[in-house]
Amino acid sequence: MTTPYQERVFSEPAIYPDNEVLWQSASKGTLMLKRCQSCNEFHWYPRPVCPLCGSSDTVWFQASGKGTIYSVTVTRRAGPVAFALAYVTLEEGVTMMSNIVECDLDTLRIGDKVEVVFKNSPAGQAVPMFRPAQPHT
Amino acid sequence: MTIRGKACIAGAYEHPTRKAPDKTVAQLHAECAQGALADAGLSLHDVDGYFCAGDAPGLGALSMADYIGLQCRHVDSTDTGGSSYLLHVSHAAQAIAAGKCNVALITLAGRPRSESSSGTQPRNWGQNVPDEPFELPYGVVTVNNYALVAARHMHDWGTTAEQLAWIKVAASHHAQHNPHAMLRDVVTVADVLASPMISDPLHRMDCCVVSDGGGALIVTRPEIAKSLKRPIVSVRGAGEALKGPRGGRVDLSYSAAAWSGKTAFEEAGLTPADIQYASIYDSFTITVLMQLEDLGFCAKGAGGRFVADGNLISGVGKLPFNTDGGGLCNNHPSNRGGMTKVIEAVRQLRGEAHPAVQVKNCSIALAQGMGGQLGSRHGSATLILERD
Repeated sequence: MTTPYQERVFSEPAIYPDNEVLWQSASKGTLMLKRCQSCNEFHWYPRPVCPLCGSSDTVWFQASGKGTIYSVTVTRRAGPVAFALAYVTLEEGVTMMSNIVECDLDTLRIGDKVEVVFKNSPAGQAVPMFRPAQPHT
Repeated sequence: MTIRGKACIAGAYEHPTRKAPDKTVAQLHAECAQGALADAGLSLHDVDGYFCAGDAPGLGALSMADYIGLQCRHVDSTDTGGSSYLLHVSHAAQAIAAGKCNVALITLAGRPRSESSSGTQPRNWGQNVPDEPFELPYGVVTVNNYALVAARHMHDWGTTAEQLAWIKVAASHHAQHNPHAMLRDVVTVADVLASPMISDPLHRMDCCVVSDGGGALIVTRPEIAKSLKRPIVSVRGAGEALKGPRGGRVDLSYSAAAWSGKTAFEEAGLTPADIQYASIYDSFTITVLMQLEDLGFCAKGAGGRFVADGNLISGVGKLPFNTDGGGLCNNHPSNRGGMTKVIEAVRQLRGEAHPAVQVKNCSIALAQGMGGQLGSRHGSATLILERD
């Protein structure tokens, strides 16, 4: 069985004062994380107050955009097209929910290497998603 | 302080409807309240504490307390999704132990079937939810959130779709005896595997039903319970816990049931080996498997082997579960299955389950609830109940 990736119309991310840097950066093709200067830990999703130690000394950090699939499911009956929902563990150590795109969804496996790509919402907001890591990168 | 022995479940009522297009949600709450009061042999005027969750229309308990006609001196509208009602039993026991109320009413009702709700639709939790921008665009709904847990469990432990299917098979064996159950046909592992794939690895038959309905409970102090005509069911232990992705430290290998269960067993002074009947929240087959492991009924990773070959079927296996047919076959009112988990445990302890599924001399039972989303943020509540 093959389930080719198809472009999917998805809901707009809500942009709040505490996450707008991430969305602005996404539109320039970079994935941003938050890192706490007090405990030196990354966290996801980004917050002004560190969820690990409580410090307000959090700063933006540009992620490498490379990661590994922690879990993945191909959702076949919740919308007009099948899509792959996944948790991706970034090189920086945090795990984020996302979609895996631009591949045969049935070939995806836990442990696969992936890299960030950006897909536009109907309103044109770039949203981070992932595709299988390309050999040249 | 402990709640052990401080409170009893004196009334329990499950609404018989599974589709109620001509009733309002408020009406269903009121009918359930009256049903539980009649079961206990009490009246509206005896109630001085009221507990409800997010399925109750209006602001917290305000509209429903007024609609039902309650005059309360204690109120609690804590919402942890489908597990709320188990947590309410614990909170009611605490309030009774502290002298804040004598007769607590807990109600649940909803009409998701009449309102065409589905586990393949996004849930709406309102404005300003901080995690939603990082989840909703990816198409997360209920079923694929739980599927992420199932996929990881299969990867880590070799759990199979056939093993998960046994959970549905066991539920269907019980549901055939429940005249109110939505799905009464006994199904096989092959039937589950042949049902449409919704979100890998969960098939349609791995998913619970969507049903209208509701239920209610009366929790009261032992002196009052003993003055009534119903068998005495005591709250022996309780635990509650929340778990989330913890700033990106996602670990799908265990749920908050590992924490709520430990707390409940410690309070009860019991172990999983003491449990004769278990109501286990069954929004999906994987939900059951994770909670059985996390509660300690089997080792982590051994859940697939534990549930296989009918081990959850009453009269056949070692751990009879969800003898009403559960959410997988009977009902899942308001998309919140915690209330019915308590109700069937009470039936078992009273000896009032269907004779074909009644556990002989059932004196210790567990009810376990899981609300929210197992693969992200969820609330677990564990109750250990005892027949006096």
